[in-house]
Amino acid sequence: MMHALHTRLKALFPLGEFTEQRANLSFVTLPASHLRPTLLHLRDREGFTHLVLLTAVDWLEDGQFQLTYLLSNRAQRCDIGLRVMIGRESATMESIHDIWPTAATYQRELREMFGIDFPGSPRLHEDFILEGWNDIPPYRRDFDTLKYAEESYRQRPGRETHDPATHMKQQLYPDGR
Amino acid sequence: MALFTPDRSQYPAKKADGTLDIDLTSGKYLKLWQGPNHPGITGNMSVELTVCGDEVVEGKTHVGYLHRGFEKLMERRTFIQCFPIVCRICVPEPDFNEYCYAAAVEELAGIEVPERAHWIRALILEMGRLNSYMMYLGGQAGALGQGVIGQWTTYVRDLMLDRFEELTGARIYHMFILPGGVRDGLPEGFERRMEETLCEVERTLKDVYEVMFCNAVFKKRTVGVGVIDLAWLDEYGVTGPNARAAGVAKDVRKDQPYLVYSELDFEPVIGHDSDIYTRADVRRRDVQVCVDLIRQILAKMPKDGPLMAKTPNVLHWKIPRGETYIRGECSRGEYGYYLVTDGSGYPRRVNVRGPSYTHAMTLLERMIVNLNISDVAALMVSLHTYPPEIER
Repeated sequence: MMHALHTRLKALFPLGEFTEQRANLSFVTLPASHLRPTLLHLRDREGFTHLVLLTAVDWLEDGQFQLTYLLSNRAQRCDIGLRVMIGRESATMESIHDIWPTAATYQRELREMFGIDFPGSPRLHEDFILEGWNDIPPYRRDFDTLKYAEESYRQRPGRETHDPATHMKQQLYPDGR
Repeated sequence: MALFTPDRSQYPAKKADGTLDIDLTSGKYLKLWQGPNHPGITGNMSVELTVCGDEVVEGKTHVGYLHRGFEKLMERRTFIQCFPIVCRICVPEPDFNEYCYAAAVEELAGIEVPERAHWIRALILEMGRLNSYMMYLGGQAGALGQGVIGQWTTYVRDLMLDRFEELTGARIYHMFILPGGVRDGLPEGFERRMEETLCEVERTLKDVYEVMFCNAVFKKRTVGVGVIDLAWLDEYGVTGPNARAAGVAKDVRKDQPYLVYSELDFEPVIGHDSDIYTRADVRRRDVQVCVDLIRQILAKMPKDGPLMAKTPNVLHWKIPRGETYIRGECSRGEYGYYLVTDGSGYPRRVNVRGPSYTHAMTLLERMIVNLNISDVAALMVSLHTYPPEIER
């Protein structure tokens, strides 16, 4: 079923890597410029009317973000994930809030957490979860959580941190045997 | 402040970019915050209302009060270290996080779960669903001033928490469904005690029906209020009882059966009027489906057999590069985990798709317009949203 869909899509759009994860779930990579026509085709012609989620994966070592648009076809009981790779530097992607109004929330979160811009998306620059954040977007892989925590918060006096392996060894064998 | 008037010229015009032209200095409008702390059991989220008289002209949902960065935390933890974290993403119904996470890890790692574990997982999920509905019924009645319903439903929820405690050792966060299977089998006499609890649930449900659903005030306040248009289901990603109350039998348990649901006999409960009353009624009838499913599961499940598949040493567990999405039908709609692995011992990315993400944000903001202030709490509760799954 997913292979037949892939064949139909391939005749229309320049698709990249195709992965059949399960009989009813597959992922396909496509260029950013072909995302909108592919989404509209899947929604209007193939019955993938439900936008399940939109999220990003940070491939820091490749200098790319992977945007995943997961669509569901309830009648055919199958899902397809569209992977779009965009550069990490000044990451920008076309907004799809006019196709699914609910995408606006996902795009607001992606701008805040990954720093990906979606020009034209409603209320994109309003704070979603973080307030007054002025560091790099926190869900990027190069955001150092430990460094941020050490700089932002103080240890309460009287607390000690032990390395678990050393501490347990000390507890079990206090005379060092 | 201007009083409510049917004269629509008082209401804001739209600017060229589609946003509302609201001049707060005109005296026509007032900003009013609903939440973040509110007795209507929607959790810690707030809605910034702009009202004209007692009618809402604009609502903006604000979340973030419960943000703990779960998705980021998991990227720095091994696969087994993520397991005790995930249940904390949703307090009233934590087991779906455990199931979806475990199933995603199992699929990418190629682990086959024993059949008996499937049945126990389904049992746990139905028990959690029942508890979540009980919390909802109390909240929905409470939002309209019927405090006693919450007392009754909390009582039966507590009985079910006792069953959770004897089965898993914990009342709220069970940490029972781990990658590979489940931690334990049923204790001796569990079926009998569960049957007693289910009888008590049914008795309470009858009382709830008579006092809440047959109440003239409850009907007057909820029938025809907060209607979800059929066209919005796809546009706003509406799933679960919110969609079923609109007449669309969206139910992952039937659409894409998982665990043992294909072997169980049940039909998704649907309604047609799509208002607050219908959504509450769909959930009330769904409790009865839960009760029936728990009885079926206990009757049909294998009494012995392995509970855990063989898994690698969890300290050195690496999963090949891949990605998957696992979904289940929780009490509020479609719950899913999108897991990406990169061949290392840590998840590359975990994304939690909670139903509240769409219901409490764009859908609520769309539905709240033109509503009376006094109906806002009832509407918020009727969408059955839990903010932690929005913020994660």
